[in-house]
Amino acid sequence: MEAAAEPGNLAGVRHIILVLSGKGGVGKSTISTELALALRHAGKKVGILDVDLCGPSIPRMLGAQGRAVHQCDRGWAPVFLDREQSISLMSVGFLLEKPDEAVVWRGPKKNALIKQFVSDVAWGELDYLVVDTPPGTSDEHMATIEALRPYQPLGALVVTTPQAVSVGDVRRELTFCRKTGLRVMGIVENMSGFTCPHCAECTSVFSRGGGEELAQLAGVPFLGSVPLDPALMRTLEEGHHFIQEFPGSPAFAALTSIAQKILDATPACLP
Amino acid sequence: MEEVPHDCPGADSAQAGRGASCQGCPNQRLCASGAGATPDPAIGEIKEKMKTVKHKILVLSGKGGVGKSTFSAHLAHGLAEDENTQIALLDIDICGPSIPKIMGLEGEQYVEDNLGVMSVGFLLSSPDDAVIWRGPKKNGMIKQFLRDVDWGEVDYLIVDTPPGTSDEHLSVVQYLAAAHIDGAVIITTPQEVSLQDVRKEINFCRKVKLPIIGVVENMSGFICPKCKKESQIFPPTTGGAELMCQDLEVPLLGRVPLDPLIGKNCDKGQSFFIDAPDSPATLAYRSIIQRIQEFCNLHQSKEENLISS
Repeated sequence: MEAAAEPGNLAGVRHIILVLSGKGGVGKSTISTELALALRHAGKKVGILDVDLCGPSIPRMLGAQGRAVHQCDRGWAPVFLDREQSISLMSVGFLLEKPDEAVVWRGPKKNALIKQFVSDVAWGELDYLVVDTPPGTSDEHMATIEALRPYQPLGALVVTTPQAVSVGDVRRELTFCRKTGLRVMGIVENMSGFTCPHCAECTSVFSRGGGEELAQLAGVPFLGSVPLDPALMRTLEEGHHFIQEFPGSPAFAALTSIAQKILDATPACLP
Repeated sequence: MEEVPHDCPGADSAQAGRGASCQGCPNQRLCASGAGATPDPAIGEIKEKMKTVKHKILVLSGKGGVGKSTFSAHLAHGLAEDENTQIALLDIDICGPSIPKIMGLEGEQYVEDNLGVMSVGFLLSSPDDAVIWRGPKKNGMIKQFLRDVDWGEVDYLIVDTPPGTSDEHLSVVQYLAAAHIDGAVIITTPQEVSLQDVRKEINFCRKVKLPIIGVVENMSGFICPKCKKESQIFPPTTGGAELMCQDLEVPLLGRVPLDPLIGKNCDKGQSFFIDAPDSPATLAYRSIIQRIQEFCNLHQSKEENLISS
């Protein structure tokens, strides 16, 4: 029988948001990172948990690749990304000895690590914990939701790109959310258009309209579209100045609006 | 839903059935009896089934969303343009089966007379159905696809895979172990975030002794339809696939630029080659497909020489 949330490392985390997509490569990790930064910009203390065991991309995005992870008496200490300690990160990427080493694990072993990750990271006091997931609807996702269930996650942000091929997978992800009792806070459409730096023509590189149509079809809120910004992508790749450069990007306005909707949808905390 | 203990030592490990976590597992007695250590009979059965399949190609990438399914579909289309060649396309992405959509199929399994497709997507009654399966059940499905589908006489079997290095990848390599896979084509985009995962995939291939046909760099540059100038939407900040291939000594099969018509055609379930025969992307695809054919034929001649010598 599921007990109420035991005091533990997640006791100080006020709200948990999962970032999901049935589809790979739509930008879950990028959106997770951008959302965390947008929430921090709004004055919140945020943590990011990267449970993509096969492809942990967030450490590099935030220039934290290779940072050592320490154990404290309560468990793993998350990596702080700023002096004010308003943004912290834990990823399996930190635990890999060699970054090119593939984590070739079958389901049960992944489940065990995720359970550990979720319960053994000493997050401290956080307003929001953003949980980045790998694509799909399988072991990792079930393990993550089961491990987080006692802490009553706020809900899931589901990411798609405009194309039908992405929407096709994301529809299944919405079913997964329904079946596992995870509230869908809304859909974010990423890679929505590219503005040519030479002539300013905006092209729908990955088709158009899918995100909004899906939101209507599924009866969930459409939180917004985020455009392709190669300059921002370059910064993410290089992993040095993303936190500083992000506010100057066209994607920032979109993410700020999405973050605001999440803040509005967050129930006021009981004292 | 089958429940596997969280710290299952593995059915084929020395600890199978004997570990502390095995207590209470429905398979405990089976594992303890050593049944897991014997090779799966399906491997032999699959080897027999695969005797009528000349070439087997896996399309892999550690990274999601780089264009594996798009590439697999167009590799199939390209090879099937020769009416005398029989092509089979198998989609083992159980959670996110994109191939039916990209091939324009809602349940029929033949795109052309000589191009057949199999995917879990065909087994789902609604586009909203989610396949929420754990590893062992996914593996079972893959085994069924390989063993129980009547493939017939096939020149090329193309296997499209999900992103990652997990159950599906281990299973397909394991089940096809005795049947000889020609090799893997690995798809990436130019960015480091993709290459990071692709290096892992290359290491995976080496670990399981899967030959690598080569790497394809997808979404490599974008030509603005208005001003025709090129931009890098996904910049190769660390040298792109070219440098990675040099470092890891694997062939770079080619680079495919971003053409918005590719996405549009995939959405409609049509071959992009028909809609845009002169696109630089079509030309790139054709050159890559040719190199893959050359690799497979070279392999075949080597095998034949070995047998006849």
